Amino acid sequence: MKHIIKILTLLVAISAVWIGLLETSVVPRSYAWLLPIYFIVSLGCYGLLMVGVGLMRFPTCPQEAVLLQQDVAEAKEFLKKRGVDVGSD
Amino acid sequence: MEQKQHQREARSKYSIIVPTYNERLNIALIVYLVFKHLKDIDFEIIVVDDGSPDGTQEIVKQLQNVYGEDRILLGARPRKLGLGTAYIHGLKHASGDFVVIMDADLSHHVSAHCDFDSLKQVETDASIVTGTRYVKGGGVHGWNLMRKLTSRGANVLAQTLLWPGVSDLTGSFRLYKRSVLEDVINSCVSKGYVFQMEMIVRASRKGYHIEEVPITFVDRVYGSSKLGGSEIVEYLKGLVYLLVTT
Repeated sequence: MKHIIKILTLLVAISAVWIGLLETSVVPRSYAWLLPIYFIVSLGCYGLLMVGVGLMRFPTCPQEAVLLQQDVAEAKEFLKKRGVDVGSD
Repeated sequence: MEQKQHQREARSKYSIIVPTYNERLNIALIVYLVFKHLKDIDFEIIVVDDGSPDGTQEIVKQLQNVYGEDRILLGARPRKLGLGTAYIHGLKHASGDFVVIMDADLSHHVSAHCDFDSLKQVETDASIVTGTRYVKGGGVHGWNLMRKLTSRGANVLAQTLLWPGVSDLTGSFRLYKRSVLEDVINSCVSKGYVFQMEMIVRASRKGYHIEEVPITFVDRVYGSSKLGGSEIVEYLKGLVYLLVTT
């Protein structure tokens, strides 16, 4: 099944529940009308939260950059000795 | 672990495919680092060069003189033909049981990762081992806040819409079982940047066993970064494409 169909099915299911709530008036009608807005707002909040948490916990690796520089210097020296033209860049 | 290491030596050969375009210095460095760090492993490096005008191919030939023509193979192509076809082209020359694909730009410090990938593969018998920057032990260096924000935003969007089953879609350091790569690559049609995403999403949908290892991303030492507005548009187009086709 294409992924877009899965997502659409999910949306249809959620809409069905919402319409059910509207019709059966388990919750007051005026509240039920606002539920899709709550849904969209909470989806947005979820997204922002995930990005925020991700940003705060983004791992960094400064030590790796140093190691890389060392390796690059070492490689250049080794290759130059063996006649590989690494100088002109 | 040690026993597994022995099994690996006895059994497996690894083909490392590196597509290049104007990477004369980087390719030399990568070859050196791979040879330095993978002493116990049977491997070959396949450089797929898209007709670089900077003399990348001459450098590869010089490297062949140093390390041997059986260890470094040059698959030259006349002009820029895209990442996806570069891997297909490289695969034709590959004789390994496993294929590692990676960027030539040195942003992933090759040495540590190659070994990591293959060990994880042996441990778990995974079909694919893919690198992720977003877990402990991995990470990035030299990114400003904007770049981190873009990366995270793009990632959350992809996770929410695609449920891909891996935490880093664009990590471009991966190890494939050869047969798996052949299968997945034939069902991919995108070019360039989106190609890496399509590969991993399709593999995930096909139900292949995918494992992740942490990788580090050090911003390009040589050459300029390619991230820009057009790349974001490409990414979004890629997401929509994958939504409707996978």
